Amino acid sequence: MIYLELLLSFLQIGLLSIGGGYAAIPLIQDQVVVRHSWLTLSEFTDLITIAEMTPGPIAINAATFVGIRVAGVPGALLATLGSILPGCCIVLVLSVLYRRYGQSRGLQTVLSTLRPATVALIAGAALTITLGALGLSQGAAAGFSWVRPVIILAAFLLLRIRKTSPILVIFASGALWLVWQWASGALTV
Amino acid sequence: MEQLPEKKKPPYGRLFASMFVISACTFGGGFVIVSLMKKKFVEQYHWLSAEQMLDMTAIAQSSPGAIAVNAALQVGFYLGGGPAAAVAVLGTVLPPVVLLSVISLVYAAFRDSLIVATLLQGMQLGVGAVLLDVTCGLAKPLIKKRDWLAIGIMLTAFVLSWVLKINVMYIVLGTALLGVLRAVLAAKKSGGGQRE
Repeated sequence: MIYLELLLSFLQIGLLSIGGGYAAIPLIQDQVVVRHSWLTLSEFTDLITIAEMTPGPIAINAATFVGIRVAGVPGALLATLGSILPGCCIVLVLSVLYRRYGQSRGLQTVLSTLRPATVALIAGAALTITLGALGLSQGAAAGFSWVRPVIILAAFLLLRIRKTSPILVIFASGALWLVWQWASGALTV
Repeated sequence: MEQLPEKKKPPYGRLFASMFVISACTFGGGFVIVSLMKKKFVEQYHWLSAEQMLDMTAIAQSSPGAIAVNAALQVGFYLGGGPAAAVAVLGTVLPPVVLLSVISLVYAAFRDSLIVATLLQGMQLGVGAVLLDVTCGLAKPLIKKRDWLAIGIMLTAFVLSWVLKINVMYIVLGTALLGVLRAVLAAKKSGGGQRE
């Protein structure tokens, strides 16, 4: 039964992908391409490209894409449910514990030790994404352009000083870059 | 922060709308969405403290599954228990499910569109700026307070994860162990003091 197989496959992916995003890719490939042959390898590569181009967690994007191709909308819903269920159960238990013991002195010491490390992880993600967006990371297809750091700096200052809405800033950056590329002839419509 | 928010009716509508919009507009990994959640829930709505958001991020990060969903569930649960948690998760999951369903039907055209690719390339610049802004906001109080231990942990964790590419799970576990050690030492100290 295809529905059950989809659900079980994505339950496994959801349970085993710790650390978010990229940790899930090899697991999805193993289930979807190797074990069940639901997608070919080139379709899978397309899926990763699309998942990176669209919003939302990669595991959910993959679950929806595979589910709908294999078994229509019910398949998409079941695969998505499978991919989020294990994490939700575990996090729910942890939330209850956090609410109960979160203010206790011992746990506060542990958490306050952990917080700066979390800040460091966010800082790492910030640098990786910024370098990638600037076209400076390894394997970046596009060359360097001085317009990119100008957009980042302007966006950063708007966020820091004017407290502009981040979503507005993200879309404005996209629109500005699109207009610039079009104006400089890199984009032929 | 002392007053528990569940005494009021949980803000289901705003919670759902916030998560829906953030999820629909978030490109890139889990830390991007967590950064946007911090700006919305901590800075704009004042539903949580920055410390609580960081605790939830650490829990989301070290549990299986998507960071965005795990973090949304915790914020929802804190604001209004199970029902609010479900509302937050639904808001997070709905945009990618709908969008990917549509795209899976026309995916070749979408994948090959130069306009889409350029627009997304530009949006990455904005995403980078948002993450840099959130990083500054989180690191500033630690540096201002001259909390040297926290600054040391921050720098070490940064070098381990970003420079040496050590798996994030080990960094979180290692730091948690250090925290347990500190808690045990502190408990021993105060316990010894009581006996005297």
